[in-house]
Amino acid sequence: MFYREAGDFKTSYVEDSQTFPLRLDRRAYYVLLAVAFGVVPLFINDYWANAVFVPFLIYAIAALGLNILTGYCGQVSLGTGGFMAVGAYSVYKLMTAFPDVSIVIHILLAGLITAGVGLLFGLPSLRIKGFYLAVATLAAQFFLVWLFNKVPWFYNYSASGQISAPERTVLGHAVTGPNTTAAAKYLICLTLLFALAWLARNLTRGAFGRKWMAIRDMDIAAEIIGVNPLTAKLSAFAVSSFYIGVAGALLFSVYLGAAEVGEAFGIQKSFLVLFMVIIGGLGSIFGSFAGAAFMVLLPVLLKNVLVGQLGWATDLAAHIELMIVGGLIVTFLIVEPHGLAQLWRLTKEKLRLWPFPH
Amino acid sequence: MTDMTEGYTTADGRRIGPVLMDLRNITLRFGGVEAIKNISFDIREGEIRAIIGPNGAGKSSMLNVISGFYHPQEGEVWFRGRKRPPMKPYEVARQGIARTFQNIALFEGMSVLDNIMTGRLTLMKTGMLSQAVWWGRAQREEVAHREKVERIIDFLEIQSIRKTPVGRLPYGLKKRVELARALAAEPKLLLLDEPMAGMNVEEKEDMCRFILDVNDEFGTTIALIEHDMGVVMDLSDRVVVMDYGKKIGDGTPDEIRNNQDVIDAYLGVSHD
Repeated sequence: MFYREAGDFKTSYVEDSQTFPLRLDRRAYYVLLAVAFGVVPLFINDYWANAVFVPFLIYAIAALGLNILTGYCGQVSLGTGGFMAVGAYSVYKLMTAFPDVSIVIHILLAGLITAGVGLLFGLPSLRIKGFYLAVATLAAQFFLVWLFNKVPWFYNYSASGQISAPERTVLGHAVTGPNTTAAAKYLICLTLLFALAWLARNLTRGAFGRKWMAIRDMDIAAEIIGVNPLTAKLSAFAVSSFYIGVAGALLFSVYLGAAEVGEAFGIQKSFLVLFMVIIGGLGSIFGSFAGAAFMVLLPVLLKNVLVGQLGWATDLAAHIELMIVGGLIVTFLIVEPHGLAQLWRLTKEKLRLWPFPH
Repeated sequence: MTDMTEGYTTADGRRIGPVLMDLRNITLRFGGVEAIKNISFDIREGEIRAIIGPNGAGKSSMLNVISGFYHPQEGEVWFRGRKRPPMKPYEVARQGIARTFQNIALFEGMSVLDNIMTGRLTLMKTGMLSQAVWWGRAQREEVAHREKVERIIDFLEIQSIRKTPVGRLPYGLKKRVELARALAAEPKLLLLDEPMAGMNVEEKEDMCRFILDVNDEFGTTIALIEHDMGVVMDLSDRVVVMDYGKKIGDGTPDEIRNNQDVIDAYLGVSHD
């Protein structure tokens, strides 16, 4: 009875199409934003930043990207890791080639480069669908990792074959390199995530979102009402790859600091992000956040409980952790195939009446 | 038959205009099978034109030729006075031809409102960047199109389900939403593939009313395939009859009713 739309009247189509139609939702959203931007940076320390917040923020960007492609446009991709590598190596080349240009511009450019590469690997989607497309994107994954391993130009001929991020600053604060504070890492990722999530929401609720969803739900009907499948699918690939590229650039430059392509951007990354999207909820912005939080937080939580509370040996705990995460994912998919976003929607439906039964 | 180059006036006094779509000697083959054999007919502006015939006569193939799914091996398609080159379905849609399907082809994961809004995608012009920023052009455009769509929602009396996901709707309503989506594109020519299949009498009456209203209020030209002879004879101004890919009759409902070939192939005679 406290959470409901009664009395919240809409008198224009603008009001009717806003992201949070309920006043209570809007307030909660503003409070969350204020806490995320104003309070968390004051208290964040290295452990929380490195174990929880920064990976969550970065993977949320990647999950948003994959959700646009797979959740909204219905094109399955297993190339996420490869596209993240494109973002990482692009930002590395740009950082080292143009040290005076702002890192923010480099990250966005890395996103654009990845969008171009994604567009290229999206071309097969015009001919093939479903599993076959997944295999084609898998080829992208392996090809890109191989490319960054084999061509020394990409890692500036370094002896180890690794790339490592030099120090770069934003507004006088280091955001990459060893001297970066936890708050600076957190804030740059949060700002980018906020901006990208807002753009993604706008794209998916407007004409582009409808084009993508139309292709997803029934491509023949989409074509008959005037959607060009070529531009719809390729735009989804480009936008999605842009997000994934930015996530890859951040993962390398802000979070890891140094990376080796096979290790940091292997096939596991592709599956990790795909799990996030499926568990969070396909075709939902909120689901991308929820899925990223679930996949980042669950291992941390389990580790704390098993090693910290129960005092098990670390190696045993690590194995058990894998089994539990795997089991939970399977259970989850059986109980709620539409993901955390659907659970959240159901909760909100129930809340409208709570605590009364009718 | 009177000279019809400038159109004609129907029995109920509606003025029918010049030819909108002209199909000339269309032949469509699938391998060795000739689905359509050398068929010619025209559809005039403001007309309700029915295509009837027994199962497998090639009616749906004909509709698919018009909407660009199939490309005939022989023959020409003339639309609005111009010969149409082979086109993809989405290009045909942009020319102002909308259609519904025999088996409903809605976007199940989207709400009724979103489904109908997709009908206006060809008319929405803002680019990706202004879409992403939303404020300003994209929002103004969205609201302008929403107003048009709401008019269609009112017209088809589906206000109460506008936010419902299409997957949850019953069959009759889905058919209505599909009509709404086609109408949202403001088509010059509306193709309806069995709009009344599987409906009960009440739903059929509603659908008939909507089809007549669409034709009357928006002046939309309609070509429909239908098996319910009562409906066809009541609604349509002129009827094409097909059998085994050939045209066996073309004319007003009265002419068709008394055409011996059509009676033999399709209508039959009552035995009472």
